[in-house]
Amino acid sequence: MRILKSAVPIFCTAAAARANSAGEPLSPTNIFAPASTPADTISGLSLLVLTITGAMFVIVLCLLLWAVVKFREKAGAGPGEPAQVYGSTQVELAWTVIPVLIVTILLLATARAIASIQNAIPPPGAVEVSVIGHQYWWEYHYKKSNVVTANELHVPVSSPVHPTPTFLSLFSADTDHSFWVPRLAGKTDLIPNHPNSMWIDPRETGVYLGQCSQYCGVQHAKMLLRVYVQTRDEFDRWLEQQSGPAAASDSTIEGRRTFESTACVNCHTIRGSTATGTFGPDLTHLMSRETIGAGAALNTPANLRRWIQDPSAFKPGCLMPAMGLSDSQLDAITAYMETLR
Amino acid sequence: MSAARATVAVVRSERAPLVDTLHEWVTTVDHKRLGILYIIYALLFLAFGGIEAIIIRIQLIRPHNTFVSPQVFNRMFTMHGTTMIFFAAMPLVFGFANYLVPLMIGARDTAFPRLNAFSFWLTAFGGLLLYFSFLGGNGLYGAGNAPDVGWFAYAPLTSRTFSPGHSTDFWILALLLSGIGSMGTAINIAATVLCMRCPGMTLGKMPLLAWLNFTMAGLVILSMSPLTAAQLMLLVDRYLGGHFFDVQAGGSAVLWMHFFWIFGHPEVYVLAIPAFAFASEIIPVFSRKPIFGYPVMVAATLAIGFISMSVWAHHMFTVGMTSAGNTFFVLSTMAIAVPTGIKIFNWLATIWGGKVQYRTPMLFCVAFLFQFLIAGLTGIMLAAAPFDWQLSGSYFVVAHFHYVIVGGILFTIFGAFYYWFPKMSGRMYNEALGKVHFWLFTAGFHLTFDFMHVPGVLGMPRRIYTYEPGRGWDIWNLVITIGVLFQAVATLVFLGNLLWSKLWGKVAGSDPWDGWTLEWSTASPPPAYNFPSLPEVRSRRPLWDLKHPEDPDWHYE
Ligand code: HEC
Ligand SMILES: [Cu+2]
Ligand SMILES: [Cu+2]
Repeated sequence: MRILKSAVPIFCTAAAARANSAGEPLSPTNIFAPASTPADTISGLSLLVLTITGAMFVIVLCLLLWAVVKFREKAGAGPGEPAQVYGSTQVELAWTVIPVLIVTILLLATARAIASIQNAIPPPGAVEVSVIGHQYWWEYHYKKSNVVTANELHVPVSSPVHPTPTFLSLFSADTDHSFWVPRLAGKTDLIPNHPNSMWIDPRETGVYLGQCSQYCGVQHAKMLLRVYVQTRDEFDRWLEQQSGPAAASDSTIEGRRTFESTACVNCHTIRGSTATGTFGPDLTHLMSRETIGAGAALNTPANLRRWIQDPSAFKPGCLMPAMGLSDSQLDAITAYMETLR
Repeated sequence: MSAARATVAVVRSERAPLVDTLHEWVTTVDHKRLGILYIIYALLFLAFGGIEAIIIRIQLIRPHNTFVSPQVFNRMFTMHGTTMIFFAAMPLVFGFANYLVPLMIGARDTAFPRLNAFSFWLTAFGGLLLYFSFLGGNGLYGAGNAPDVGWFAYAPLTSRTFSPGHSTDFWILALLLSGIGSMGTAINIAATVLCMRCPGMTLGKMPLLAWLNFTMAGLVILSMSPLTAAQLMLLVDRYLGGHFFDVQAGGSAVLWMHFFWIFGHPEVYVLAIPAFAFASEIIPVFSRKPIFGYPVMVAATLAIGFISMSVWAHHMFTVGMTSAGNTFFVLSTMAIAVPTGIKIFNWLATIWGGKVQYRTPMLFCVAFLFQFLIAGLTGIMLAAAPFDWQLSGSYFVVAHFHYVIVGGILFTIFGAFYYWFPKMSGRMYNEALGKVHFWLFTAGFHLTFDFMHVPGVLGMPRRIYTYEPGRGWDIWNLVITIGVLFQAVATLVFLGNLLWSKLWGKVAGSDPWDGWTLEWSTASPPPAYNFPSLPEVRSRRPLWDLKHPEDPDWHYE
């Protein structure tokens, strides 16, 4: 009974998750609530595997329970030993052949799923993005446009009639990372000196969450992912807006001067200014992002100021140093940052 | 004559001074003493690893907890993994193998007693080095430190760029030394099984435990060498300007993964096969039947050992291998399910038709059967590469391998403790406490590791020091941590039982379980020379033959 109860979560999460995905979602990162073809294929295969292993579990469990209960030593039974049985070729052959057959079925189904996901070729309408993993943040380069952004990936929604999947080329600037947005696809690692790729074709608009899933250092836990799936029009507008230089505003010229005269420029790029660093995220359109620090905090003015003052308040051990700025410098820089729409 | 007897009596009643006793233990080459040293050493490290696990679980009890800093958390999971695998599980397995193999094959010692002692002390020194890193990890920089690169220490995180200071060096050296120690022990065990069997004991008449430990030794020799080589290469990278894993200079991070996992997967079986060995000795005795299908069990073990050398890249399904490469490793990994399944069925068939006595060792073995079944089935899920693309690196994997290592391996090791404790100490353990240990630990185990599968399916990666609320993970993490409490208390009961029984337990006698293998034919604890005269055997169950002269086994084998 204990065992039965304990097995329930393992084998039923799938079903529960499915049922639940209609109403209040069980989790925004549930692998059994797929919203894109690779995740669908995986979820389908997984349910097959779960069914087969579940059936095996129930059968063997019943046999085991029967055996341990039925053959226990009963009080009052005679002292003699039970019949000594040494083996049986027939039964042993049976429990070799049957598993071989089951494994063959599983292998074929798995091989098909692997091929359909891994060997997909980008159609003409595909969006191509290079993803570069950095210690604790993500950098995105949109091919065929000069858009560079960080942490929050924007992609167009795809439909079977007009497939516009997004193909991601994966690179790393330092250690290993892994790109995992469970509802869109399985994870693929970003490994330095070892380019990888993966693809997604989300069929519903919305925000999809995920995070780095290969240990990459101190702040691995706060290397979160957000994928914004937009209608084609919204996506095109977003791309258009992102490709422009930073908004210029005379009212924050002081903040801009302060920014340009501190070490910020060595690590950050703001197109249209003298800042061309590439060690940290591109800040050209910082305010178009909902979070800062790869999801470590919401992008509110207070959080932004706190971040610039001391990033380790949100991400202890992250690679942006506290710069020891004065209050007035902080106010000025924050005000400038807030114009970067 | 009477004078001589008197002197003997005097010597007996006088206890040797502590220094002498210690000296004897430190310089011993007796396989039984070395076995016990391995086991005590392993228990110590089991406690360290357990404390680290508790710290990890307290930190994760709720989202945004601040019990420890991210730095400390990362050290804790690195040390927990490294400790448990290399300095708790391995020495436990080696300790029992050392103690039992010679006794069960009717030998007076292992083939290379000095190599045996050397290997133990190397391993012991390795563990001390690892823990010294808490003090010396940052060398002259001051504050204490410990490795924080994860127990599989992926490149390039281990390069000097990302791991300055010396904590990673301690990790490398600890594994290098204990790895050499493990190879020495493995060579010794293999040689002992091949060359030291008593008259009449052909390979086909060895107890399964000897066969399984022989396979284990072979696997250690094959799999430890790549790991040891990789540690040397890493040292060269760090100090001599090598570029094996230095990605900035054209080295390969993936190369390290191959090296590590070609060790790492067989390692699972290095631990699991001796666990199978315990089950294969304990289940028959408490079912009062011989093991079902001995030749098939041996064949399945060898098959597992063989196939386990070709499955390593199932740990690397997410690193971007070709679809053909992935499919191959799906095939080999799923293939291993077949011989493993055979074993489970054979144990089941051994129980079938028996008169099962539920003493503590048997309870642990029955729980092992259930749990190993589940671990095997979640293993099949992970072997389906696309499913693994979702599950890999998540808490589902963590749950899976703890199901294997705790639910499978540690459970049978607990069983082995209770089963052979009377032989090793001469005393009976306390059965009531043993049952308390069993039920508490089983409850804790299931609370922790059953529910750990769920956050993995819901997208929670491993090795994160904190997590966001609103992901549906909170409740599961709370339950997981509560389960740890049960396991900790149960472990204390276990240790208490051992200690109490050693001092005040009932005298066990040479054969408390009405056993069938040779270790039960000599005194408890056995004398230094094991057997007054070398035994001679005619079947796999020599003591059965003795006890049932009317119906001996060699009529059937
Ligand atoms: C040594 C390099 C370095 C310097 C100097 C530096 N930063 Fe950063 N900055 C980073 C890195 C790296 C990150 C990403 C941190 C993370 O998410 O782990 C970052 C992140 C940020 C972010 C959040 C971006 C996002 O979208 O998440 C802001 C805003 C920012 N920096 C502003 C500044 C300002 C203003 C200064 C100057 C006062 C500055 N940085 C100086 C490296 C630097
Ligand atoms: Cu990471
Ligand atoms: Cu493996």
